[in-house]
Amino acid sequence: MTILRQLHLFLLPLLGAFALSACGINSVPAAEEVAKAKWADVQAQYQRRANLVGNLVATVKAAGKQEQDTLVKVTEARAKATSVQVSAQDLSDPAKVQQFQQAQAQLSQGLGRLLASVEAYPDLKTNQNFLDLQSQLEGTENRIAVAIRDYNEAVRAYNTRIRTFPDAIGAKIIHGAKPMTPFQATTPGAEEAPKVDFGN
Amino acid sequence: MFRRLFLILALLAFIPAAALLGFPPPAQGQTFPKLTGRVVDDAALLSPQQEQALTDKLATLEQQSGRQLVVATLPDLQGYDISDYGYRLGRAWGIGDKEKNNGALLLVAPNERKVRIEVGYGLEGIMTDALSSQIIRNDITPHFKAGDMPGGIDAGVDAIGKLLTLPPEEAKALAAQAAARARDASDDGGGFMVMFWLFVVAIILLSMLSGRGKGRRYRGGSGPIILWGPGDSGWGSGGGSSWGGGDGGGFSGGGGSFGGGGASGDW
Repeated sequence: MTILRQLHLFLLPLLGAFALSACGINSVPAAEEVAKAKWADVQAQYQRRANLVGNLVATVKAAGKQEQDTLVKVTEARAKATSVQVSAQDLSDPAKVQQFQQAQAQLSQGLGRLLASVEAYPDLKTNQNFLDLQSQLEGTENRIAVAIRDYNEAVRAYNTRIRTFPDAIGAKIIHGAKPMTPFQATTPGAEEAPKVDFGN
Repeated sequence: MFRRLFLILALLAFIPAAALLGFPPPAQGQTFPKLTGRVVDDAALLSPQQEQALTDKLATLEQQSGRQLVVATLPDLQGYDISDYGYRLGRAWGIGDKEKNNGALLLVAPNERKVRIEVGYGLEGIMTDALSSQIIRNDITPHFKAGDMPGGIDAGVDAIGKLLTLPPEEAKALAAQAAARARDASDDGGGFMVMFWLFVVAIILLSMLSGRGKGRRYRGGSGPIILWGPGDSGWGSGGGSSWGGGDGGGFSGGGGSFGGGGASGDW
């Protein structure tokens, strides 16, 4: 009998520890960190794009192209996009995420317009430097798309975790976890292809 | 009594494993061709001899550099953009080492007239987008435009191979490292976990034995000892890299991942 009681003395805390670990003490922060890391990837890829934009603008300018208006717009959009940053703590604030989204979408539009207007210049289209830049930009857009998809997947996993049993218990009581905001790459108007005016 | 104790212990040991299994696998709405070898010629662009020659070339590259390059020809992109398809295929196949992510894919979709070089995370610094794009523009698509599909694929593999091949001294260091790792792998398995659980069982048994004489002795002494397991890390990470060896027969990816690096082209 005494053995049984002592056994409980040991097993109860042990069981308790495991039970707690099963209701989100570890898994909720783990999922949160994954989502945060994926967000860092998204931002890194956008930063990479912003860095490339400077080179692109310089190349188009060096080729002596009369795209002043578009170039200025792209430069402005770039400055704005790099000034809006969302820290990992702000990911549960939809307004901040949306602000970031909009700034980046504006740069996307400007870039699309610039690349489309450059199509009209055959000499620039065969310029190796420009072609390389274009491929880098394409690759970066592609990486952005992948990073966003991975981030959204991580957010979905995290949001599901903190709302479903048993992790919801730990998430609510211990961590006070709030759902994170997924990133919608398509903002209103983004699906419209940029119009190109060949100026005739 | 003891049987019950061990039953409970066994149950406890399964809880973290069950928690790990609780992760839902990501939804896959897409079907991919089977990774049948280093060259997956589903669009039937290559003759068996050409396929064999390419496979040998790719195997040599992996032996020399530890980097995996796979050629895939696809009859159908299932409506996806080739860049979108490419990284998913790379992840699904797990080309490249799990930790180094040093895999690359050369994708050809003849019906959509698209070609793509998909680069794993770890190779993005070597196979940059600009270099990948140059290979497509200068080595591959000129052949494709002339209707010479095998020639384009071969030229592309040669150009990518040149970039991925390591300088001789680095290759030697890599081989030495791999040998050392193979030696260590044997005693580095689950030793820690076994020790940990033995320790837990020993403490419980000891306390039971010492408590058998006087029932109250324990209550007055130190409080119950709570031990935390060494976390999830020890449990799920069994798979390091599973290289396919030298020959194409049992070829498989090592679990490498892709993030959309590389370049696409058309002809």
